[in-house]
Amino acid sequence: MNDGAPPDLQTLGITKRFGPLTALKDVNFRLRSCRFHALLGENGAGKSTLVKCIMGYYHPDEGTISLDQQQVTIRSPRDAQAFGIGMVYQQFTLIPNMTVLENLVISKAKLTPIINWQKEEHQLTQFMEKMPFKVPLTARVGSLAAGEKQKVEILKQLALQNRILILDEPTSVLTPQEADEMLGHLRAMTLGRQLSVLIITHKLREVAAFADDVTVLRKGRFVGSGKVSELKITQMAEMMVGSEVTAKPKQRNERLSKVPKLVLQNIRVKNDIGVEVVRGVHLTIHEGEIVGVAGVSGNGQHELVEVLAGQRQATAGTIHVHDQPYQPTREKIMRHKIFCLPEEPLQNTCVGRMTVAENLAFRNFDVEPHAVGGWLMSRPALCRSARGLIERYNIKPPYPEIPIQSLSGGNVQRAVLARELSADVEILIIANPCFGLDFLAMEEIRLQIVAARNRGTAVLLVSEDLDEILELSDRTVVMFNGRLVYETASPGADLAVIGRHMTGHAT
Amino acid sequence: MEAGWWGVLIAVLGGTIRIGTPFLFVSLGECLTEKSGRINLGLEGTLVMGAMTGYAVSLHSGSPWLGVLCAGLAGMMLGALHSWLCSFQRVNDIAVGIAMMLFGTGLAFFLGKPYIQPSAPRLPSIDLGAWSDIPQLKAALQINALFLIGIVVAIVLGWMLKNTAWGLKVRVAGESADAARALGLPVDRIRIMSTAQGGFLAGIGGSYLSLYYPFNWSEGLSSGQGLMAVALVIFARWQPMACLWVSLLWGGAAALGPSLQSVGITGGYYIFNAIPYIMTLAVMIITCSPRRTLVGVPHELTVTR
Ligand SMILES: Nc1ncnc2c1ncn2[C@@H]1O[C@H](COP(=O)(O)OP(=O)(O)OP(=O)(O)O)[C@@H](O)[C@H]1O
Ligand SMILES: [Mg+2]
Repeated sequence: MNDGAPPDLQTLGITKRFGPLTALKDVNFRLRSCRFHALLGENGAGKSTLVKCIMGYYHPDEGTISLDQQQVTIRSPRDAQAFGIGMVYQQFTLIPNMTVLENLVISKAKLTPIINWQKEEHQLTQFMEKMPFKVPLTARVGSLAAGEKQKVEILKQLALQNRILILDEPTSVLTPQEADEMLGHLRAMTLGRQLSVLIITHKLREVAAFADDVTVLRKGRFVGSGKVSELKITQMAEMMVGSEVTAKPKQRNERLSKVPKLVLQNIRVKNDIGVEVVRGVHLTIHEGEIVGVAGVSGNGQHELVEVLAGQRQATAGTIHVHDQPYQPTREKIMRHKIFCLPEEPLQNTCVGRMTVAENLAFRNFDVEPHAVGGWLMSRPALCRSARGLIERYNIKPPYPEIPIQSLSGGNVQRAVLARELSADVEILIIANPCFGLDFLAMEEIRLQIVAARNRGTAVLLVSEDLDEILELSDRTVVMFNGRLVYETASPGADLAVIGRHMTGHAT
Repeated sequence: MEAGWWGVLIAVLGGTIRIGTPFLFVSLGECLTEKSGRINLGLEGTLVMGAMTGYAVSLHSGSPWLGVLCAGLAGMMLGALHSWLCSFQRVNDIAVGIAMMLFGTGLAFFLGKPYIQPSAPRLPSIDLGAWSDIPQLKAALQINALFLIGIVVAIVLGWMLKNTAWGLKVRVAGESADAARALGLPVDRIRIMSTAQGGFLAGIGGSYLSLYYPFNWSEGLSSGQGLMAVALVIFARWQPMACLWVSLLWGGAAALGPSLQSVGITGGYYIFNAIPYIMTLAVMIITCSPRRTLVGVPHELTVTR
């Protein structure tokens, strides 16, 4: 790495419009040298857009960017890299079919025509010795856990000698332990005057623990910035939403019935490469009950949810709904009112290029009033229902006719939830519902889930966030290595015992 | 009868190499193209076009090797045309491939009309069986230099994909166009180059058909090798060296019928001749399970996305 501290990064009056929508309006922002800076804001506030403008991924309509008070023009991520600015995106950009070594080598600006793998490996091993964390170079990226992948992404940026590192929600795919470890390392590097860090996150706990400075955006505008040490968490939250925030306690009805609604017996599932990852799951969920499935990701939860959603076939086992055998056909889904909110909703249950209105109508486009006489689609009706849902679930921007993929991550999540919760629901399958949501949206969605339970819905909640499970569920089960290995009532559950079962260390 | 069975074995061996060689070239071409993230179904047309070009040039110039080169160049042009068309927004490579297949065969038949009768100079063969005095073995070991070149190409291609900057770029383009763009790689250009080079190899495969075996130019010359190459590449898991073995396997399967016939076993002749097609079908069915994804498949291929 070259010597000297990383440059001071400043944006002046950045404005960015997407058609009729002004995503950023006159944003001034400053990342001082060697600081750990957090960028906060609600879903759709424009955080990703701002950093993409800095990276040259988008071109701002107005405004300038300067480094050490020198105005610079950044036309593409390549340019940004030449200035020593690197970014870790919300999604991984690594190539899963290649090894860590190959991934690191291809990102180099200049490649020799013939690659001397021994030399490259040697150099990178030496480089990694100076780094606070290590990753096995010969491992295939696809076989790494999310935390490891995130480390590779960061190593990649550092190996390119970038001095300013931008991270867009880097911790949403990590467990709290992984997140703390990674942020701790980055923090150490800023203290060592090697790096400036700009991080986008919704987790105020992380901001309070690791960041020096914070900047808040609201609806595309700069609303304030300051030192973390001089601000309270509640003050930051208020800046984000522009009003006072209080977490409302969730009203829970006493459970009255013991009627089983969803019964899984000996479910076995294979994953994409034919390995059995769900290995005999037995589970009963009753009316008006939330069952939380805890576990480290990759222990079969993902595939189990896919089976219940009808996206994958089980190799063995039976599913009973209301005492009847269940296959996820459209007719049975309608009859039993079993709905599903899987993780990564944009990929899993939306068609990105179709409009918000169309996506919102996936469950009911073929019934009145959307389909006149059951076959003729009525666009006005579609839009009318969409407007209703957009208003009720506060989806932004409130236009039913734009493609759903142009919505920010959190708003896609809201749209899918609106679709799945809007009708009567008897059984609800949810995976990581608050992934990437700001805390207001998170509260809203958690309230909705508990409200559904109070109406008698049976809820299966799969989450990597143990706090979420313990807060929402009546019963917690732990999934490890394809099996449910532990069960307890959620109120008064012993965290240490759950943790041991999650890591397979219970004896 | 004893000697008869030996005869079959030797004939199959010879046929394996003789029939397998065009499979080898086409599948290597398809392998390279698919590594860059596109499928070129037009290789069937490229093959026929290569066969016609090779035959015509050999006839006019008197040099079969010049014919091979020109066949490669013709294939390269078709490949470049395919990938140029595909680089437009919302153009599907499968659809373009089918169009290119029809275009290539049609053009070859149109331009090749005058060459159906005359006899062009043939590619020479290397006598690896000179030491033996069994005539069948001698015949089986008459090997064309193109087969040896094909082996070298397979080895070199495999090495280049692993160990050169160019190979790495091709693979990145095939694995993730987004990642490639984020790295500043010109995805479309890489694909155009790879498809053109793949077309070059397929064109050579075609010239082998017309200039060596079966050694003629007619409209029924190709028997679907260009299409089967897609299945071969899947079976070979996108590895050039594996393409070599798989091509030999298919060549052997195709040689079985004629070899049996040569010792007088004619029962089930048509069944034996159909074996390569049945194998192709079987590969497609076995590998296209909805429940699992293939190991090694380039992620950008439209059929797997
Ligand atoms: N390519 C695009 N085309 C049209 N609109 C866009 C595009 N990208 C973003 N937007 C809009 O700009 C606004 C800001 O989006 P952005 O992705 O920056 O939000 P964010 O603060 O990162 O939110 P989140 O926390 O949900 O990720 C949103 O209203 C979004 O719908
Ligand atoms: Mg964002």
